[in-house]
Amino acid sequence: MSEPAPPPAEPAPAPDAPASAAGGPAADATPNATAPALAEPAPAPDAPTPPPQELVRSPLSDGEWHRLHPLTPLLRGGLFLVVVIGIIVANLRDRLVFLFLPVFAPDLPAEELEEWEGSGDPIDFIVVNDLYLAAGIGVLVVLIGLTVIFYLSWRFHTFRITGDDVEVRSGILFRTQRRAPLDRVQGVNLTRPMIARLAGMAKLEVVGAGTDANVKLEYLSTVNAEAVRSDILRLASGRRLADAQSGSAAGGRTRMGALSDTVSRGITGLIEGDEAPVAVPDSVVHIPVLRLIVSHVISPATVGLLFGIGAITVGSVLGTPWLLIGMVPAVIGFVAYWIRSIVRSLRYSIAPTPDGVRITFGLLTTITEIVPPGRVHAVEVSQSVLWRAFGWWTVRINRLTGRSLSESNTDQFTTVLPVGTLVDVERVLRLILTSVPEAEWPLILRQGVLGPEEDDPFTDTPRRARLLRPLSWKRNGFWVTADALLLRRGFIWRKLAILPLARLQSLALHQGPLGRALGVASARAHTVAGPVYSALGAIDRVEALRLFADASAGTVRAASVDRSHRWAEEQV
Amino acid sequence: MTNNPETPVPDSTPTRTDAGPAEAVVAAPDATDAVVAPDATDATDATAVVAPDAPAGPASLDHGTFTALVEPRSPQRLELERGVWHQVSRKYLWVQRITSGIVFSILLVVVLVLVLALGQRWALIPGGIVTALLLWDFLLQSRQARAIGYQLREDDLVFRRGILWQRMVAVPYGRMQLVDITHGPLDRGFGIAQLKFVTAAATTGVAIPGLEQATAETLRDHLVAVAESRRTGL
Repeated sequence: MSEPAPPPAEPAPAPDAPASAAGGPAADATPNATAPALAEPAPAPDAPTPPPQELVRSPLSDGEWHRLHPLTPLLRGGLFLVVVIGIIVANLRDRLVFLFLPVFAPDLPAEELEEWEGSGDPIDFIVVNDLYLAAGIGVLVVLIGLTVIFYLSWRFHTFRITGDDVEVRSGILFRTQRRAPLDRVQGVNLTRPMIARLAGMAKLEVVGAGTDANVKLEYLSTVNAEAVRSDILRLASGRRLADAQSGSAAGGRTRMGALSDTVSRGITGLIEGDEAPVAVPDSVVHIPVLRLIVSHVISPATVGLLFGIGAITVGSVLGTPWLLIGMVPAVIGFVAYWIRSIVRSLRYSIAPTPDGVRITFGLLTTITEIVPPGRVHAVEVSQSVLWRAFGWWTVRINRLTGRSLSESNTDQFTTVLPVGTLVDVERVLRLILTSVPEAEWPLILRQGVLGPEEDDPFTDTPRRARLLRPLSWKRNGFWVTADALLLRRGFIWRKLAILPLARLQSLALHQGPLGRALGVASARAHTVAGPVYSALGAIDRVEALRLFADASAGTVRAASVDRSHRWAEEQV
Repeated sequence: MTNNPETPVPDSTPTRTDAGPAEAVVAAPDATDAVVAPDATDATDATAVVAPDAPAGPASLDHGTFTALVEPRSPQRLELERGVWHQVSRKYLWVQRITSGIVFSILLVVVLVLVLALGQRWALIPGGIVTALLLWDFLLQSRQARAIGYQLREDDLVFRRGILWQRMVAVPYGRMQLVDITHGPLDRGFGIAQLKFVTAAATTGVAIPGLEQATAETLRDHLVAVAESRRTGL
């Protein structure tokens, strides 16, 4: 109410308002529109704005510091404990054997048993010297120490969700504080590893824009995690302004009115199932398990394996039979790889939610991620030549996963459709590329994905340069629409890269001596790192310069009207 | 390699008030654009505003730089139809030459020690090959340095380099995450610096070498100011 809506005449600076509010302490002093409803003590000078009350559903996201689930240290330290127990058991193995040996083999000579003793085992030392009490106290001290450390680490690990950012503080001796501004949120994912799932808990990760920039809330109970996630997304969406405007019409509410509002909202939420944790939207794409398995098995790696097996078989027939033994580990490794990748892609679902696309993966460790609109920097639809007979495609995206470079399993965060038919591809593309106008979809699918036909909007490699792309020169081309750059490549391995201009970072043209002689150039679009290859070679020089001009201008235009960092602001 | 401690983080600049030189630079490219082709832009609003205070700009960016851009001779080369290319300082060439000289003298010492002191005659062969490559590079340096150029267009920065292998990049100002000014020991001796324009994409790779220290700072302030007014999301 007191926070003015951005003037429509100035589109560019308006989105900065929330961002600068997150950065400067001066901005924090601005009275928040919705604060009056809360009866709060006078805030400290650096106290952030609490999130508007009508936007948050979970008591954990009220702008105060909260602790994580009490079982957190056990789950986080779980691996460590397992290792320690494993070491102890390994050390006691002899001891255990010695204990049970007489039972199972009573006729073993006594002197052999004595050989087992006196091997310097610490347990023997305790037994021999009668140090049971000291050992018991030692074990107790270690247990108490662990408990205290676990308790303290839980106690010092707090998080808070304010109107502008998500913050986490942790550490006993070395304090860490990490803050993710909400208007730079690239996605929120919920990871439920097998063990945590049995305990009903989940790890919430707010994906930031940067390397190793994620804010992790591990662990919360699943219900809380879902609620907190929808709160974070609702706050990040910038719905506050729209709601504040509609709320201002009601005028000064009494506390009673606010209470009844809360209650009625709760009831409405119950009836509509609005953002309720259990209400999982239906997937728009269903992948039959058989298709998933077949698609993983029919891969270039498998072809390589078959070649290897063939070569080994030939080799062993020709006189070196021991080569066959080498086949066993290779096959075992492959089967393990298939099973792992299939298990990861099982239970795939993709569905629209008010705050972005919800993608779920994984049979044992389930990852549910919500990617808000405008967080997709590049999309690639590709078809392996082996899948061509089946008509299957895969869709991958470039996005900021906020992971450090060393973390290898970003695959699950960049594959939005592991395998699907053209119909599935269209559904998925429509979900993740919301800004593409309706009229362009048939063209993108028919011309872009499937290849050139009559009245092709793509600009292809000129005939004189067909030697540079001997097979694909008719297909190799680009198309600049009002808000996207499309690069179509590959005759055998068909690929289409779609780059939203609003996300394009820069564009380069390259030309070598051969290209200059043929009058062609290559273009390379720069986006954030990811699996999508966004370059196109052998395009006519004049067309390349036109692309350079069009795409540069289009990028600036698209970026200036882009509102997706507060994606719900304009919805009233 | 030392990072200039003054390198600004984009967010820290909105309070900047000493926009004098930066403003002048802002004016320059637009004004020159306007002179070359007054009606060719699809400009929305900016061209008309900045015309009056034009003269101050180019001198501050083009002080002591090369004046003629070297381009491939073929008419099939990549070239923009309009706009003024700013070039790098003449001192950059000397830094490049001295660097090659140092590399060559190290090579010479190694080869001489191997051949004369240790009697390893074979060292002459790789030594000769590397010397030939260095000489070739030395001869090309002058042309290569003259092929580096940048344009400050209305909404984006265009950077180009290379003759045989030509590369041209356009980066919208709003995509800037930060500007980095770097100078090595030799650079410092000659008073030049490298300006790196960093975006969210690692592959953008716009690093303008061999700018006069003052030019680099003016350019940096200009870029930060312009980026601030056109800030976009990622």
